[in-house]
Amino acid sequence: MAENVTPRVRVPSKASAGEEITIKTLISHPMESGQRKDKEGNIIPRSIIHRFVTTFNGETVIDVTMEPAISTNPYFEFVAKVPESGTFEFTWFDDDGSEYTESKDVTVG
Amino acid sequence: MMKMTLTSSGLILAALGGAAFAQEEPELVINGEIPITTRAEAPASVEGALPEVISGWEFRSPETQSLEEDDFENPGMIFVDDARAQFDTAMGPDDQACSSCHDTPEDLAGARAVYPKWDEEHGEVQTLEMQVNECLTERMSTDAWEYTSNDMTNMMALLASVSRGMPVNVAIDGPAQSTWEQGKDIYYTRYGQLELACANCHEDNYGNMLRADHLSQGQINGFPAYRLKNAQLNSVHDRFKGCIRDTRAETFEPGSPEFIALELYVASRGNGLSVEGPSVRN
Repeated sequence: MAENVTPRVRVPSKASAGEEITIKTLISHPMESGQRKDKEGNIIPRSIIHRFVTTFNGETVIDVTMEPAISTNPYFEFVAKVPESGTFEFTWFDDDGSEYTESKDVTVG
Repeated sequence: MMKMTLTSSGLILAALGGAAFAQEEPELVINGEIPITTRAEAPASVEGALPEVISGWEFRSPETQSLEEDDFENPGMIFVDDARAQFDTAMGPDDQACSSCHDTPEDLAGARAVYPKWDEEHGEVQTLEMQVNECLTERMSTDAWEYTSNDMTNMMALLASVSRGMPVNVAIDGPAQSTWEQGKDIYYTRYGQLELACANCHEDNYGNMLRADHLSQGQINGFPAYRLKNAQLNSVHDRFKGCIRDTRAETFEPGSPEFIALELYVASRGNGLSVEGPSVRN
C-alpha cells in the first residue's frame, strides 16, 4: 500500500476561448517496479500508478497507461484546448485499487 | 536503491572548464519571487583559496537548473510537503508537535542560514539535525530521528525552504573556532587509496571535468539536495560520506564529530551564498 500519495496539479484559472493552456500534474508515489529485491532477497511487490486520466467537462483529454519503468513521483505536462468554462478532472489509478482525484476550474472570458 | 556512485577515477581530470563559465551568467529566481545569490564574494574563511564562491547550481545543465526555478517542478518540494505534515503531527507522550512551540515552519526562517552553530548549553557545535533531535528528545520526550533518516532529511528540506534567499552566515569565531579548525584540517587531509582531499577536487579543480562530472566547489548551501541519479533527497553528511568513500577510504559516520566539524567548515566557505535547499542536482 503506497503511503503519502498526494496529487498536485497546476492549471491556469483563466483562459480565452479556444486557448491552448499548459497543464502540469505530479503525484507523489514510490512507483515500486516489482523488479527489486529487499535485503533478504525477497521480491518487493509491484506497486505503481498504472493509469492516469484527465477529462474536461466529461470529455477525455488524455488517458495514459503507465508501466513499471516509470520513476517515482510521475510528472505529466501537456496542453489542452479550452473551448468554454469548465472543470478539469484528474484521476490516478493505483495498483492497490485506490483512485486519487483532483479537479480544477477554468473560467473562459 | 542505487547509492551515489561518483566515479572514483579522481586522477583523470580533463581540463575543459574555465571557458565554459565566462559567458552569459544565468540567474536563479525561485517562483519568480525569491532571488538566489549563486555567486558571492569570497568570505574571510576562504581568503586566498577561492576568488569567489559559487553555488553548485551554476555547474549544472540548463535543464537541471530550471527545475529549481519553480517549486512545482522541484521534486525536492514533495518532501517539504511531507515535512510540513510532520511539523503538525503530535509525537511523544505529551502529544507535542513541532508546531506546539514554533507555530509555523516560517517562524523558523533564518535558522538554516546560521547552522551549524555553537550551543552554549551543551558546550559543543550543533548542526540543525542535532537541534531537531534535541527538540524531540528533550522537549517532546520522544525518540530521536536517525541522522540521515527520511524524517530528518525531509525536515531539513522544510527548514531550508523557509530560509531560501537568506545569506548563509555561520559563525566561525569564538567558541566554534576550534571545531572550525578541525573541519579545515579534514578538508585539506588526503584520504583513501586515491589520496584525495576535499580541496583537490572542489578547490583546485572546480569547473573542470572529472570524467562526465562537472566539478563544483562542493558548496552545501543547497542541501538537502534532490539528486536526479537516486531520485531522493540527500543530506549533507550522506554526501560527505559518498565523497570520502569515492576516495576509497573508510568514511566517518553521518553525525560524527568529524562530519559536524567538516559541515561547519564547508558551510563557512559558502558564507554569503543564499540558502537554496532543497536544490536539484544530478
